[in-house]
Amino acid sequence: MEITFYLSAAIAIATTLMVITVSNATHALLYLIVSLLAVAIVFFVLGAPFAAALEIIIYAGAIMVLFVFVMMMLNLGKAAAAREQGWLNPGIWTGPGVLAALLLAELAYIFAQGGDTPWGTAAVTAKEVGIALFGPYLLGVELASLLLLAGLVGACHLGWNQVGIETGHEEERGHENG
Amino acid sequence: MLSLLWLIPTLPLAGFLVLALGGKYLGHRSIAVIGTSSTALSALIAILIGMDFIAAPPPGFVFRQEAWSWIAVAGFSPGIGFYLDALSLVMVLVVTLISFLIHLYSTEFMSGDEDYARFFAYMNLFVGSMCILILADNLLFLYLGWEGVGLCSYLLIGFWYRDPANGRAARKAFIVTRIGDTAMAIGLFLLFTHLGTLDIQPLMQCAGQQWPEGEGLAILTAALLLAGAVGKSAQLPLQTWLPDAMAGPTPVSALMHAATMVTAGVYLIARTHVLFTLAPVVQHAVAVIGALTLLLAGFSALVQTDIKRVLAYSTISQIGYMFLALGVGAWSAAIFHLVTHAFFKALLFLSAGVVIMSLHEEHNIFRMGALRKKLPIVFWTFLIGSASLAALPLVTAGFYSKDLILWRAWSSAGGNPWLWAAGWGGAILTGLYIFRVVFLVFFGEARTAMPPGTARPGLRITLPLIVLAAFSLVGGWIETPPFLGNLTLFSSFVQHALPPAQAVHGEKNDETILELLAIAASLGGIALAYLLFLRYPAFLQGMMLIPAFARIREFWQSGWGFDRFYEFLFVRPYLWLAHADRRDVIDNIYKMALSCMLRWLQKVDPHDVINTIYNGLAGLCLFLHRALSATQSGQVRRYAAAIATGSIGILFIGIFA
Amino acid sequence: MRTAEAIAAIPMHHGLVLAAILFALGMIGILARRNLVFILMSIEIMLNAAGLAFVVAGARWEQADGQVMLIFILAVAAAEVSVGLALLLLLYRRFQTLDADAVSKMRG
Repeated sequence: MEITFYLSAAIAIATTLMVITVSNATHALLYLIVSLLAVAIVFFVLGAPFAAALEIIIYAGAIMVLFVFVMMMLNLGKAAAAREQGWLNPGIWTGPGVLAALLLAELAYIFAQGGDTPWGTAAVTAKEVGIALFGPYLLGVELASLLLLAGLVGACHLGWNQVGIETGHEEERGHENG
Repeated sequence: MLSLLWLIPTLPLAGFLVLALGGKYLGHRSIAVIGTSSTALSALIAILIGMDFIAAPPPGFVFRQEAWSWIAVAGFSPGIGFYLDALSLVMVLVVTLISFLIHLYSTEFMSGDEDYARFFAYMNLFVGSMCILILADNLLFLYLGWEGVGLCSYLLIGFWYRDPANGRAARKAFIVTRIGDTAMAIGLFLLFTHLGTLDIQPLMQCAGQQWPEGEGLAILTAALLLAGAVGKSAQLPLQTWLPDAMAGPTPVSALMHAATMVTAGVYLIARTHVLFTLAPVVQHAVAVIGALTLLLAGFSALVQTDIKRVLAYSTISQIGYMFLALGVGAWSAAIFHLVTHAFFKALLFLSAGVVIMSLHEEHNIFRMGALRKKLPIVFWTFLIGSASLAALPLVTAGFYSKDLILWRAWSSAGGNPWLWAAGWGGAILTGLYIFRVVFLVFFGEARTAMPPGTARPGLRITLPLIVLAAFSLVGGWIETPPFLGNLTLFSSFVQHALPPAQAVHGEKNDETILELLAIAASLGGIALAYLLFLRYPAFLQGMMLIPAFARIREFWQSGWGFDRFYEFLFVRPYLWLAHADRRDVIDNIYKMALSCMLRWLQKVDPHDVINTIYNGLAGLCLFLHRALSATQSGQVRRYAAAIATGSIGILFIGIFA
Repeated sequence: MRTAEAIAAIPMHHGLVLAAILFALGMIGILARRNLVFILMSIEIMLNAAGLAFVVAGARWEQADGQVMLIFILAVAAAEVSVGLALLLLLYRRFQTLDADAVSKMRG
């Protein structure tokens, strides 16, 4: 069982690495979906099947699909890909790399302080999560739904006038400039 | 019942809020109802509280009610608290009752005015502030009420603000009383600094313990409080504002400048009487001020032509009597006269208002006449008020209160024959000037005809007049001299709050003799008025042809020239100074000084070290500015990098610190 | 009826280290990439890593709270992504580019 965890952890790290290094956005999205799937398997292994299901359905299945749709709408062409390549010189990784390394070091130090903790042995089922959601976390659920409503209204308003007249011109411009 | 004490000031203040905020949406009837009912309820509660207080007095004859803590700073914590004892009960009864009657009167009197709501709003605010002043348990809260009534005085004197003269009168009132208020504030500061509290009862106790009689601080603070009282009560030397305050509507003059606000000074001195007893020289000054003022105002009232100005000077004079009583230590006599004066002076003003209104804004008494047939009720009420003012023996309230003051002026430890003589002379003058008005306005021939079709005053005007007239007649029968029944209902009640006056000079029979002299004075004044103004008016007209007498008459009419004196003493020098500084002399002095300093600096510092330092500072600032604005690149990634760096730093600190 | 499902005995800090690594990778992505789509994706990676940390902790304590937090994070991510992508589209229409450094009108 443990090997599943480490294997999917490795896959998650590898694919995430690919996400941030490839130049083609669509490829990156697909790598990200695989990464999310790997994380879902990690959830399942840790005894959180409901979280695993949610990760796949919502994160990989809705949010990433949203990304894919937007990529399709943007319809970036070859020029965009070329420019993207141009931006990816090795020099840009030094600064962020150093910062990330520092962060990792700090976090590793904090985790190492933790000491030996016994690990959980039983899974937390969907039923328990449901009871928690509609019990102590009821207010949070309501607020989350309000937040989603706000996001919905916001996105709707922002995107409202985009369809229609613009579409024709936009496609041509998409081909030219990318 | 006593716990409803806080409602007494609150109801009129609530009425003020409603009328101030919603006045323009309400009809005249609602405004009248709101404005009058708030004071009516206050009066009702005051009466009920009074009955409860007298029937079942609380321990020590004192009832306290703390509403909440107002300020709580190191060592200084005045609260919003109410203090009811015999003195404040008497005052609050008088104030609320008379306020209610005057509000009722105003509903009809001011009915044609377009600023109806504003009038009642201000009147309610006034009543609320006055009740706060009376019921306050600490001097700061009292000062709040004090300032509130000053503000309302300004607002109401200048009620008809479109006429600039009214605005000037209002400003004059405000500024002159301000002088007194500032002195009072300084007195409050001193009291707090030296005695550590402003709560009245602890303050009085503290002062009594810590300051021996004649202590310099006691004299200073008492004098400052006296200055405040003098300003508010229009006594010498701050009496110039009251005659001009008659520019306001008549109910305002009746309420404020006759019955309530101007008595605030008397109340203050009575409240802080311990301070005055600790400073006998100041207390004597109170008596002297009272005596001088009553004479001065009496003479001025004698020669006024505007009916309201006669009454204004009469008010100044009668408050002089109250100050006289306070000054000789006859505290309850002063309050007794305050009560009776409130009734008959309000009555006089209200009746005068009806007269003025009926003759369509005619104020000059020499143009009135023979109104006793046309306005019978007003005639009788004005007559009763005048009789009370002149202290007509036995039947009027004024007789009992004024003669008590005269007796005390003779017999108290602080009294002396001169003070009594001043009071006695004032009594003659009083009878003279008020019956002058009576005879000129209501008798003789009609110099101005009442316009036909003038409406008779309605119930809302005549009812308050009748009530006040009744009080002016019977109000004195609670305190009678020893040879007339020896009733001491009033003084034994007020004794729970103020120390009683002892008769020190004079023997038993002296009181009777003095009483007879006082009766002779008032009757003599009335008789003289009859002779001079009704029977043989030609005599005076002949006298006025003599230039010396005409000049004296003018001098008295202008209030003994105080306005001109103050203008000469204060206004002119100030204007001269402002005019002389047209070119801004002070600023030029500064400029010259600055240029001299710069020249000196150049001599001392040839290499301009100082300048370099300043330039360096400026350069540093510019450098920092450039450096910092470089961080605002507008690029999201740089901002994200900054956030990341910052959070890593914080984590670092969190782990290792 | 709850069956005692056998789950892997993973020490908690292994899971947390995984979350930290993913988070750091996401951070690199934000700082290094210029394309706005990649920046948004990196934000998603970071959010996911945070959710992973919560679930790991919840699993260690055998409580539902970790997964509940994950649900909230999911809701927040969804809202953020929808609005962010709408803004992205607007930006692309306005500037014809997805370069994060190009939209720097707020400089100075």
